[in-house]
Order: sequence, then structure tokens, then C-alpha cells
Amino acid sequence: MSELKGWKEIPIGGMILDAGNSVEYDTGDWRAFRPVFGEAECINCFQCWLNCPDSSILVDTEKEEMVGFDLKHCKGCGICASVCPVNAKVKKKAEDELEKDEASLCIRIIEEGKLQEAGYE
Amino acid sequence: MSKLEALTGNAAVANAMRQINPDVVAAYPITPQTSTVQTFSEFVADGLVDTEFVTVESEHSAMSACVGASAAGARVMTATSANGLALMWEIVYIAASNRCPIVMSLVNRALSAPINIHCDHSDVMGMRDSGWIILMSENGQEAYDSMVQAVRIGEHPDVLLPVAVCQDGFITSHALERVELLEDEEVQDFIGTYAPQWSLLDLDNPKTYGPLDFYDYYYEHKRQQVEAMENAHGVIAEIADEFGKKFGRSYGYLEEYRMDDADVVVVAANSTAGTARTAVDDLRDEGLKVGLLKLRVFRPFPAKELAEALSSAEAIAVLDRSISFGSMDNSGPLFTELAAALALQGVNVPIADYVYGLGGRDIAPGEIERVYRETLEMAETGESRGVTYLGVRE
Amino acid sequence: MATRLAPKELMKQPERLAPGHRLCAGCGASIVVRQMLAAIDEPVVISNATGCLEVATTIYPYTSWRVPWIHNAFENSASTISGVEAAYRSLVRQGKMEEKDVKFIGFGGDGGTYDIGLQALSGAVERGHQMLYVCYDNGAYMNTGIQRSSATPFGAHTTTSPAGKKIPGKQQFRKDLTRIMAAHDIPYVGQAAPSKWRDLMEKTRKAVNCGGPAFMNVLSSCNRGWRHATDETLEITQLGVDTCYWPLYEVEDGEWRLTYKPREKLPIEEWLKRQGRFRHLFKPQNRHLIDEKQEEIDRKWEELLERCGEA
Ligand SMILES: Cc1ncc(C[n+]2csc(CCOP(=O)(O)OP(=O)(O)O)c2C)c(N)n1
Ligand code: SF4
Ligand code: SF4
Ligand SMILES: [Mg+2]
Repeated sequence: MSELKGWKEIPIGGMILDAGNSVEYDTGDWRAFRPVFGEAECINCFQCWLNCPDSSILVDTEKEEMVGFDLKHCKGCGICASVCPVNAKVKKKAEDELEKDEASLCIRIIEEGKLQEAGYE
Repeated sequence: MSKLEALTGNAAVANAMRQINPDVVAAYPITPQTSTVQTFSEFVADGLVDTEFVTVESEHSAMSACVGASAAGARVMTATSANGLALMWEIVYIAASNRCPIVMSLVNRALSAPINIHCDHSDVMGMRDSGWIILMSENGQEAYDSMVQAVRIGEHPDVLLPVAVCQDGFITSHALERVELLEDEEVQDFIGTYAPQWSLLDLDNPKTYGPLDFYDYYYEHKRQQVEAMENAHGVIAEIADEFGKKFGRSYGYLEEYRMDDADVVVVAANSTAGTARTAVDDLRDEGLKVGLLKLRVFRPFPAKELAEALSSAEAIAVLDRSISFGSMDNSGPLFTELAAALALQGVNVPIADYVYGLGGRDIAPGEIERVYRETLEMAETGESRGVTYLGVRE
Repeated sequence: MATRLAPKELMKQPERLAPGHRLCAGCGASIVVRQMLAAIDEPVVISNATGCLEVATTIYPYTSWRVPWIHNAFENSASTISGVEAAYRSLVRQGKMEEKDVKFIGFGGDGGTYDIGLQALSGAVERGHQMLYVCYDNGAYMNTGIQRSSATPFGAHTTTSPAGKKIPGKQQFRKDLTRIMAAHDIPYVGQAAPSKWRDLMEKTRKAVNCGGPAFMNVLSSCNRGWRHATDETLEITQLGVDTCYWPLYEVEDGEWRLTYKPREKLPIEEWLKRQGRFRHLFKPQNRHLIDEKQEEIDRKWEELLERCGEA
């Protein structure tokens, strides 16, 4: 947090005048898992955007594309991956054709610190 | 031009509310305040005010709705008594902390138990640390005048605090008296329009009201409330002065009665000041040098003004209409505060406390005369006495 | 024209709840809020009862709310927003403020709604304020550490209804608040869940446009209290719906309507076994409680079908 202010420098009554300033607060470092994106083709259904509890799905509103994650805030809950229909399809297939590696998910959740191991970064 | 009318204290207050024409009133009935909201409801029903009257299901919701409406930038009023105030408690503090300039007519009544509908000051004394400005009134006229001033005091940009205007349940709330009402336009001109700086309804500039505030800033917000209270001290005087100049009735923190050469002084608040005045006159007729000091502003507590007014007295008695149980001597709150104020200002005068009138028990001029006589004796001995429970049966 | 209820369109609208709040990873509360606010095109003003949502989104000096927002206390979200709405109506009527079709919304948790705030809510809707009250029901007092509320499901372990040697979790069936609110005969009452986002959004739209007081009860997972993995939030929420623990329906001007009927009504076990708070129910000596629970759910489901003319 920035320097703490004195009582004359802050609005009265506990009011916060800077709406949405929690973006300045990092919750990304809570993350034990990290969502990664882009193996399989994203169909831009925006289910992840719709269900992310942390408003952390980045979208390009012009191109109408999901572009990634706001890692400053994403807490790594994995909900985006769980609601992704591309993932669901791949997983279903994997179940059908036993043993098949879920090679290309749209969103994959990887343990923080193990990204390189998994072939990322 | 103002007009004289025979009105009860509650009707006077209801008329002040009509003339103030608040944007929102949220209130709930409770004796002895009820007739205020009833009368005001008639004004609403007859289209005499623009007020949105929120007929809440409890006092807790009354104060909650008031806080919401005030944050939304509305001019807001309410009224209650005793148990109603107690049920509001949590939000009474929040109203002050959120800096909502709500004006409340508080018709003083004894707190339960046992349940009782009559006057004492146990209700208002409980809210003394809540952050509200508290004005006391001897009669309906004063309650009326203070309601009008309260709007200006609370909304003053250097203050922004809620204000409670007290009067005694039944004794003045239900007594018909001559009340001089101002003209509607005079009231409107005096109070002006409310231009809130931080409205929740300013949709283009969204604000967050009432966040979670831990050790990093809670204390700073409390310090701001101190500043507001300190500012209120000056603002109350300024506004009383303006009121006096405009309408010819002057108010201060205190009102002195025959104090000039008084050896002993009784300090009282609300209607008992009227009764005490009679006692003073009778005793003066006997040649006794007695005076009365009436407290109008209880919060912010006018410690300096009290000390100054009392510095040449030889003995002082305080009339307390409530008990601060377990406090020093089980005395009344007015006494403990006054004694502390005098001690800190270096006024070393013998002082005694008289608790009286609990649950609406009458206090007769004769009893106040007894207080004066005992205080005169105290002036002789020069020794402070503890508390006396006036009028209680052994 | 109202924004089409399609994620592709909705994501183009400004985000009303900023990230950086401190709700736990995977918390259902902010999913509910985001979906509901995305469904409303008009300006909104919000009051929020004390509880996880309020606490985590406004830790001074930060706020996640990009809309006007007020927290007053725990039990008075409804009365607070009723005061705000009264102020708005008064100011507009007097020409002191421009009319803007503002939607007034009160949020409260199940504790703040079913329990301590029920009176204020009942009073506010009875008075007819134009407001939507939303209960995000996570089935316990989560913010104070998972204590039981009257919304806590039968048999659940909470910190004040612990699964002990003698008493196996909460002993009472939950209060049916949605029905209590329907009994107020207000224009709109809906029960919804974020796992059926379109249903939730459609209900939200109806609620804020019903021309009077509206109430919505929305199932909101708390992975801390329910004890499941953070990425299972919506799946488990949907199991609540598909087991008919949490039927999706609405009551519009007195008309009861089922808005979603599971293709196959799943046994309650399917929902219970996914949550740690019910683990003890699967011990042999407690299994009868699952049967009791199933019976209660069946009874209530049949009753609902009947009311909705689906029986
Ligand atoms: C009058 C009062 N009593 C108790 C509390 C303590 N308290 C704060 S939040 C809370 C529980 C909130 O539960 P719920 O409404 O279900 O919201 P959740 O935290 O589960 O989202 C309690 C008991 C309080 N703040 N005020
Ligand atoms: S992991 Fe959770 S917080 Fe992160 S982007 Fe996905 S849904 Fe949002
Ligand atoms: S305790 Fe539960 S309800 Fe509270 S923030 Fe965490 S997940 Fe959400
Ligand atoms: Mg809860």
C-alpha cells in the first residue's frame, strides 16, 4: 500500500471516491494455480468471462476475442477452465477414448512454479 | 411576520418539519413522540409537503432508511423516544460516522425496564458518545426554533453531523403553549437548499459509502468526527446568532437566569429549567442570591462556557434526570461531566448532584427550593456533596 | 434496446465489479453479482449487508464497486436501499434531480436476509419500494467463520452445528425464504443460480423492470464452507439445481412458473457427496438422514410442481 495518509487528507465518513480502485490491489499473488490459454482453438464463447469471480478474463471487445488473463488479479480458482466448452469436449473425448492424453485444452490450469516443466514460458 | 398559536410541543415540532419540508422522513410511532409523526402524516396526506414519508416497520429501519436517504443527498428527518432510540442504537452511531446530517426530534422518555412512557433523560444520555449534536429545549418554542436551526447546523460543510433536538415527553411534548411560528418562507429562507457534496445518486461519480475500515484508517475517520464536533461548537453559535438577529429569539450554549450576583446556581436542562425559574423567583423574593443555568447544548459539551458562567458561584447543584449506573457515586451524567469540566478549568466550587424525576415523577418548585437551600448550606461549609435522589421514597 | 443476453454482447459493456477484491478464489458471490449486474443496462445503486461480499469488496481505501454503493449494517440492507430509493423518488418528484430509470438493488447474504434482516426486508417490500433485493444464499454465516443460519441445509456441518458424536450437523430443514417472499404478493420473486446464467439474467431483468419490489434468492457456493475445490463452484451449484435442492422458478404477479426442469432429477446424494460439509452423513449410522433429506426434497419438489401447474 502507498504511504498512509493523515486525517485531513482523506474524504470524511469513510467514503471512497475512487470507484473501482481495488484494481490497484494485487490478488494475483494468492494464486497457487495459473490458467494458461491457447493450445486448442478458442471459440470465443466468453463463458470464462461470464463466470470468472475476479473479473480477470481479458477480452478484446473490437475483435470479439478472449485474449488471456489479468494475472495481477486472477486467483487461479480454475473456474474458467471448468466452464470452458472446448475443454469439456476434449475431456469427454478423452473419457471416450480411454488413455488419450488431453493434449489440447483451451484453458489449462497449471500449478504455479511448474509452468516450465509443463512446457510454458 | 410570525404568528402566535397554541400548540403542543410535538405539534410545534411537526410544524417545523412542515416548514422545513424535508425530502425524506422515515419514522415509527412511539409514545410520547407519536403525535409528531401523526401530525406530519396529515401534512403529507394534505399535500402540504413534498416529503417522501417512509412508514418503516421499526425504528431500526427508520434510522437505516434515514442513513440511506441522507447518503443519497436528501434532507432527512425522523423522530423517536426511548425504546425507539434504543432500537436504532447501532445505526445512530453509523449515521454520525457516515456524516449524515439527519435531524431527529427526540422526545425524552424513560428507558425500560420496567416499561414506562413518561419523561426522563435516560434515552438521550445513552447516545451522548454517539457523535450526534444534541440540543435541549425547555419548551415547545425552543424545540421548534432548534429544529429549524438544527438543519443548518447539521448541514454546515464544516460539520456534517446528525442533530437531535430534545424536549421532555408529555411535560412539553403534550402541553399546549403559546408558540410563535415563523412564516413558511422565513424558514425556507433561513435553511436554504441543501447541496450535498457527495451524493450516492451522483451516478456519474460513483462512491462507496461505509466500507470496511481497519486499523490503518478507522482512527483517522474518528479524528475527523472530533474535528466536526469542534467545528459544530462555533457553527451552533453562528447560526443561533443569525436566528436571533432575524427572528428576535436568541439562543446560546447556555441560558443564564438571575445569575448576576448569584451565590448558588442550579444547572438544569429541558422543562425543569422552567420549574426552577419559579423557585429562583420565590427565593429571590426572600432575598436569597440564587440563579439558574440552563443547558441548551449538551453535545458538543460547552465546558468552557459552563466554567466561565459558574466561576463566581459559591456552590453549584446539578439536576440530573437520569442515573449513570455504576458511575462515580451513581450520579447523573450531567453532574460527572460538569464536575470534570470545572475541575479541568480550575473552577473549584463545591458541587452536588440531584437526581430527580425518573420515569416521569413530578418535580415541584418546592423540591427545587429545597435544592437551593441545601446548596446555600453547601456554600457555607464549602464542601462538595455526593448525589441525592430527590423525591424517591425510602 | 436492451443488450442481448449473450456473453459476446455483454462483455462489451463496462465491468461494474472491479478485480482486486478479497473474496476467496472461486467464491460464488462475485459470480452472482457480475452476472446480475451485466444483465442490467440501466444505472444501478446498491446497498450491501455486512457479510463476505461487502467485507471483501470494500477494504478501505479500496473499493471494487464502479457503481454507487452503500453498506450500512448487517440487518438493514433492505431498509437502507428503501431510504435511497425514497430519496430518489422525492428528489425526482420535486425536480431536484433528473429521472434516469435507476435500478435500486439490495444485496445480502443468507444470514443478513433469512435471519437478522428478514424484518427489514419484509417491511421494505410491503411498502412497495421500487427495488430488487437479492439474497446470495451460501447457506451459512461465512464471513464470521461458517456458522449455521436458517438457510443452512439439513445435516450440514457448520461451526455452530458441528457434526459431533451425538448430533450429526444441523438438525432443522432450511427456511423456505423464496416462498415467504412470494407470500408478500409482490410483483416479482425468483429463485436462481449462476450455473444457469441465462435464467439468472432473465430473472434479473424481469425483477428490475417489474415496476415494484422484487426479490431474488440466488444460490451461491462458498467453497470454504461447503468444502469443495475452487474450480467446482458452478458444477456443484448446478448439482444443487439438478437434485431439486434448489429449483429454479419464479412467481410473477402471483403466477408460479418453473423456469428449469432437470432432464433427470438426481438423487440428493449426488450433491451431498461432493461437499465436505456433508461427509459425516455417509457414515452408516447417519445414512437415514440422507433419506430424510431426500423425502423432504421430494415433498417440496412435488409441491412446487403443483403450484407451477407441472404436476
Ligand atoms: C448486528 C450484527 N450482528 C452480528 C454481526 C456479525 N456478522 C457479520 S457478517 C455475519 C455473517 C454474514 O452471513 P451472511 O449474511 O450469510 O453472509 P456471508 O458472509 O455468508 O456472505 C455476522 C454474523 C454484525 N456485523 N452485526
Ligand atoms: S482461474 Fe479463476 S480467477 Fe483466474 S481467470 Fe480463471 S476464473 Fe478468473
Ligand atoms: S468464505 Fe466463502 S463466501 Fe466468503 S469469500 Fe470465501 S468462498 Fe466466498
Ligand atoms: Mg451466508
